[in-house]
Amino acid sequence: MKVGRVVGTVVSTINAPVFDGRRLLVCDLLDAAGKPDGTYTIAVDTVGAGAGEAVLIVDEGNSARQVVGLATAPIRAIVVGIVDELTVDGEHVLAEG
Amino acid sequence: MQLARVTGTVVASVKAEGLEGVKFLIVQPLDRHLRPEGSPVVAADAVRMAGPGELVYIVGAREAAQALRQTFVPVDHAVVGIVDAVEEIGGRPR
Repeated sequence: MKVGRVVGTVVSTINAPVFDGRRLLVCDLLDAAGKPDGTYTIAVDTVGAGAGEAVLIVDEGNSARQVVGLATAPIRAIVVGIVDELTVDGEHVLAEG
Repeated sequence: MQLARVTGTVVASVKAEGLEGVKFLIVQPLDRHLRPEGSPVVAADAVRMAGPGELVYIVGAREAAQALRQTFVPVDHAVVGIVDAVEEIGGRPR
């Protein structure tokens, strides 16, 4: 899993049916210091994450399909948690809220 | 999943079994500011409506084939949606 920050959303009307009614979040991926590492992913929201929040992202298809409950979903990345706090080597890297 | 721009189409008359009728597009992956990033890839068009110039989002790896009618096929990237807008938080939609 990866830690990311929600920086935007993707609006799409024509898409694979599994995406209907689901929110797509543009998430910057964060490094161990809690800073954007320059990469991003588009992840399906499953927890109601909002703008600017630090989130936990699974980028693995089997888990994603399990969470959305559809064995054939072409989904790889999903947001599975909202991060409250991140500590690395005893230091608070992220303290949200 | 990543943003990408469709830059071309691929026509192949000889294809692996299961790929008959699957449309292939050349797509250029983009960073989240819509700047090209990395090398173009060939992606199957799972929405069957994407065309050159369009902003799309793609899924890679095994999940790509799941987007197609026949799911056990040799495909590693697929276009799964056409993007209307990428709305940056605190910014203007693009």
